[in-house]
Parts: sequence; C-alpha cells; structure tokens
Amino acid sequence: MKIYLELFSTFFRMGLFTFGGGYAMLPLLQREVVENKAWATEEQLLDYYAIGQTTPGIIAVNTATFIGQKQAGTFGAVIAVLGLISPSIVIISFLAGILEQFYDHPKVMGALAGIRVAVSALILTTVIKMSKSAIKDWGGLLIFAVVLFLILGFSSPILVTVLVGAGLGILLSRRKYGNS
Amino acid sequence: MEILRLIYAFAFTGLFAIGGGLATIPFLQDMGEKYGWFTTKELIDMVAISESTPGPIGINMATFVGIRVGGYLGGVMATLALVLPSIIVVLLLIPFLDRYQKSPLTQGIFYGLRPTSAGLISAALLGFIKMVVFFGGNLVLSGINWLNLALFLGFFGLIKLKNIHPVLVIGLGAAMGMLLHLV
Repeated sequence: MKIYLELFSTFFRMGLFTFGGGYAMLPLLQREVVENKAWATEEQLLDYYAIGQTTPGIIAVNTATFIGQKQAGTFGAVIAVLGLISPSIVIISFLAGILEQFYDHPKVMGALAGIRVAVSALILTTVIKMSKSAIKDWGGLLIFAVVLFLILGFSSPILVTVLVGAGLGILLSRRKYGNS
Repeated sequence: MEILRLIYAFAFTGLFAIGGGLATIPFLQDMGEKYGWFTTKELIDMVAISESTPGPIGINMATFVGIRVGGYLGGVMATLALVLPSIIVVLLLIPFLDRYQKSPLTQGIFYGLRPTSAGLISAALLGFIKMVVFFGGNLVLSGINWLNLALFLGFFGLIKLKNIHPVLVIGLGAAMGMLLHLV
C-alpha cells in the first residue's frame, strides 16, 4: 500500500510543479526518482526517457508508466500516471470555469489576443528546435517536405500522413543502412 | 454520444501523436474541424493556458478540450483516453524493450515519424499564424494585421535572443494585448 501512495504523491508533485511537461520535467524527475527515492539510477532514467520518446503519446506519461511498473507492477504504473495527471485535471477544470465567465470582458479579450500572438511565436521556436533534431539528413528533409505537401496540398487525413511518414522512414532508412 | 466521440478522438491521439505534448496540436485542430468542437482561435487560447499552467501540456489540453465538449466528466474522460494507449503500449513493450529499441524496423519507423511529427506541427502552426497575423483569412499582403505581425516577430526575436521562460512570454503577450487593445 505504501508504495502506491508514494508513487501517487511523487508523480502528483511532478504534475503540479512542472511547466511545459516533457523536457521541463527531467530535472525534477532526476531529483525525486533518482536522488530521493532511488527508484532508478541516473542512466536508467535517461533510458526510460529515451524510450518514452519512441513510444506513442505524452513523454511524461510513458516515463511514469515505466517507473511505476518497475516499482509495483501494472497497478503501480496506473497509479503513477493517475498521480501525474490529477493536478492538471483539477487546475484546468478550475480555470476553464473561470475563463468561461470572463471570456467576453474586453480586457480579457485583449489579453487573449496578445497571448495568441505570444503562443504562436513560442510554437514557432519549438517547431524550429524540433525540426533541427528530427531532420538530420536529406531523407528526413524529404519526409518533412512530403508531409507538408500532403497536408497543405491535399488536406490529407492525419492517419494517412502518419502511415506515409512511417513507411517512407522504413524505406529510406533501409537504403541508408544498405549504403553504409 | 458526444462523450464516446471524445474518448475515441483522444485515444486515437494518444496512439498516434509522437513526440510529446505539442505533437497533439494537429490532432486537436483536426477535432475542431471535424466535429466543430472549437475554432482555431479557441484552440490557441487552450494551448496558451495549457502552456502557462502546471503539468504536461498534452494532458492540460486534453482536459481543456474535454471540458468544453462534455463538461467536467468530459475533461476526465478525454484525459484518461489520451493516456490509456500509452500505458498499454509501454506495459506491453517492457518485456521486449531491448529488442524493440534496437530493431531496424523500429528505428526506420521513428526515422520517418520524427520529421512527420515536425511537419504536422508546422502545418498546424501555419493555421495559427493565418489566424493571428492574417485576420484568419488567406495568406495575402492586404490581409496582414501589421501590429500583430510586428509583435509576433518581436516575441520570436526575444525568445531566440534572451531565451526567456514560456510563461513570461505569455504574460508579456497578455500585457501587450491589454495595453494595445488587440483583436
């Protein structure tokens, strides 16, 4: 029982004190999971993190699943994830209610309009950073271009786009390994 | 009925969005268009609030969209639906982890999926920029909202040069928006 409580409260704190999720969570994970609880070594944590990026979904959720499973099996994994997502559910529920009430206020509308500009700029910097690490060679650039062409030119459905991207990845990487 | 659609849409997102929170944005945009749950403008607002509140962005956005569509129950269901595929996939993979990670097939798939994810988000971002800088219309010179464009470039430069925290950038955006009465 104690381990479940510990998993829940540790990941609850993680959800409560990180802004931005994913990469922003790593330093806190290091302190809590490696130093305080000794649930994983530094290297294991980085491994989980790397695998969390090569499995579908939110990276923080994948990492929580790993650590929970290692400590207390399948149920431990579920508890860790529930701990991680609980603060978000509470905080966002609270804010969504408030926002709904003040949405039409002129000051709020002005603030939101400014925020939209700021967020677009933020996403642009993230996309640039992401593209730099995702597109390492001509093959990657080709896949990126094909994806943009499919969406912007043909409004291709997401699932089709993802499957085309994965297929091209298999094809091009095989050629790459064949050449080397 | 709407709740079932919500659960399906978020389980789909959880299964196919690769690369963290922002990777869910194209999926959310798709939901907005397909089901009419929210406009692009409202989506950007939700992204903004999700970035400036604690917790993983992807989780925050799922809760937010869920609440919009199906109240508080919708918020909980959307979030659970988003994380369930991850939990299942990771738990199933744990016994084969070493083989999975080193397999050429996995490496090939992710060699393709990383640029795909970047492309999907870029396309979504283009929609955001259209909304913010071009009054939501077409990408033509006459439709430019010059004040917003100047702010957009200013924010971009500020983040690039000073590396300031996203929450501060959003706060600055709110202040400028109020001062300048932006639309």
